[in-house]
Amino acid sequence: MELTDVIGMLVIGFGAGMMGGLVGVGGGILFVPGLVIFLGLSQLEALSTSLLAIVFVASVGAWRQGRYGNLRVRDGLVIGLLSPLGVLAGTVLANAVSERALELSFAAVQVFFAWSLARRALRSGAQRHDATSAAPNG
Amino acid sequence: MIATAAGAFSGLFGVGGGTVIVPLLILWFGYGEREATGTSLLAIIVIAALAAAAQGSYGNVHVREGVLIGLPAIAGVLAGTALQQRIPERAVAGLFAILLVASAAVLVF
Repeated sequence: MELTDVIGMLVIGFGAGMMGGLVGVGGGILFVPGLVIFLGLSQLEALSTSLLAIVFVASVGAWRQGRYGNLRVRDGLVIGLLSPLGVLAGTVLANAVSERALELSFAAVQVFFAWSLARRALRSGAQRHDATSAAPNG
Repeated sequence: MIATAAGAFSGLFGVGGGTVIVPLLILWFGYGEREATGTSLLAIIVIAALAAAAQGSYGNVHVREGVLIGLPAIAGVLAGTALQQRIPERAVAGLFAILLVASAAVLVF
């Protein structure tokens, strides 16, 4: 392994963990390309191997968030344990619909979530600041 | 509902499901942002562990590589959770919105 690969892997790994801590995702979106580019795994091997790294991130992250009082244990376990049902549903769906259609619809769902979250965040910000700031912003 | 959606997306796209779990907990179940991210991580442990075991049985999981990239990730998640407690919740929501748009772009292009 070249030095650049080691550095790349450290940066990607740290970044993925940071993301997990900040926004509560596993970090697969960074782990997978990191494993392909710096460790030479195939896409399938990288997807599978990233799951192991995600278990590390999620375990340490959930433990820390529990200590900070940000964890609802029962809800988290219920969601996790019921998710295999979704995997089955997803597999059926994947065989019924074209992959491109699935990608595009999932992307649309994500943009909708992003818009809803951003609107919520802006609204709570406005409530907090509307007494002090009247400056218009485009 | 959340579980099914998260499971479906992780089955379809190989993601842990966090991009589905966190927004649904916030938007539908009225969770605070920090609580949603913490609870999502617990669900992800279960989802990823089950999926890793399944993929491992096909010999697709490279343990050494997973540990190599997982170790710096542990440092990252310690830093990330500590930092998250010090920023406003709406900043967490904003960061999440950016991640969602980036993730959607990866899917489209």
